[in-house]
Amino acid sequence: MAEHLDQSFEDSAMNSEEKRKINREQRTQIIAFAFMIGLTILAFLAVGAEGLPPIFTTPFILLLAFVQLILQLYYFMHLKDKDHGWPNSFMISGLVLAAPMIVALIMLLGVVKY
Amino acid sequence: MADSVDVSKGLPANPEKATLDGKNKFLGMFVFLAGETTMFATFFGTYLGLRSGTADGPVAADIFQLPLVFIMTMILLTSSLTSVLATFAMKKNQFGKLKFWMWMTFLLGATFLGLEIYEFVEYYEHGLGYTTSAFASSFYTLVGLHGAHVLFGLGWILLLLLRNRKAGITLTNAPKFYAFSLYWHFIDVVWVFIFTVVYLMGIGG
Repeated sequence: MAEHLDQSFEDSAMNSEEKRKINREQRTQIIAFAFMIGLTILAFLAVGAEGLPPIFTTPFILLLAFVQLILQLYYFMHLKDKDHGWPNSFMISGLVLAAPMIVALIMLLGVVKY
Repeated sequence: MADSVDVSKGLPANPEKATLDGKNKFLGMFVFLAGETTMFATFFGTYLGLRSGTADGPVAADIFQLPLVFIMTMILLTSSLTSVLATFAMKKNQFGKLKFWMWMTFLLGATFLGLEIYEFVEYYEHGLGYTTSAFASSFYTLVGLHGAHVLFGLGWILLLLLRNRKAGITLTNAPKFYAFSLYWHFIDVVWVFIFTVVYLMGIGG
């Protein structure tokens, strides 16, 4: 069996149903990518446009970044797929640890206005 | 284990997770990325804490240029799409397409890195040295760490492509290409937060 591991294959074992599914998935990914480009342009416009107050732009672009984070993790990195329970729990615990770290560092390093 | 993979009909539908080795690489990559998340969080926190300490040096709004950052962002986002297309080609046993999209990823990543080096040189000439201010050092450390990750990823994919240039898609190299693609998406996620938190908030936030 081990000799198969370094052997390439003539065709794919996917049946037509699986092939259709993977093509649909690929279309979904391209749509997700288009969304991400749109969100990026929106974020740059929000900052590039004169006259918008920072009190609006800062939360707005942070929100757009979080939407992009979700799109990347769940579509491009496939976290939405069924067999991704452990990856999900690892990534979520990473983010749960990261949030207080950021807050603590901002406060420790002398941002006094909050 | 590997012995239970049915390869009689051709490449399994999910070649990156068909063997125990592949499953381990897949899960191990996510453990690593979760660790990377926390590491980048410390660098982001440091930058956010220190970004107002400019010590009479240049401030963010003086030196950052939106058009350049926008171009870099588009290049890196597109490289994320090309690496996802590569993994789809891998699942469909299209080795030529896999190589093509991975080379595209490599080229886009290299362009990105070149622009980042150009950007740093430009900032240095505008008086923002590494030790100019707390803002400068935290900025260069955070963005430079991301750049180092891009450089590492470029070396990774270059080695994979060169070593497997004639191998076809096998159950050994499929998990490796897939792990690289996960890593590359993660780099992209980090960049999304860098362009938001560092550049956009530096200019307008």
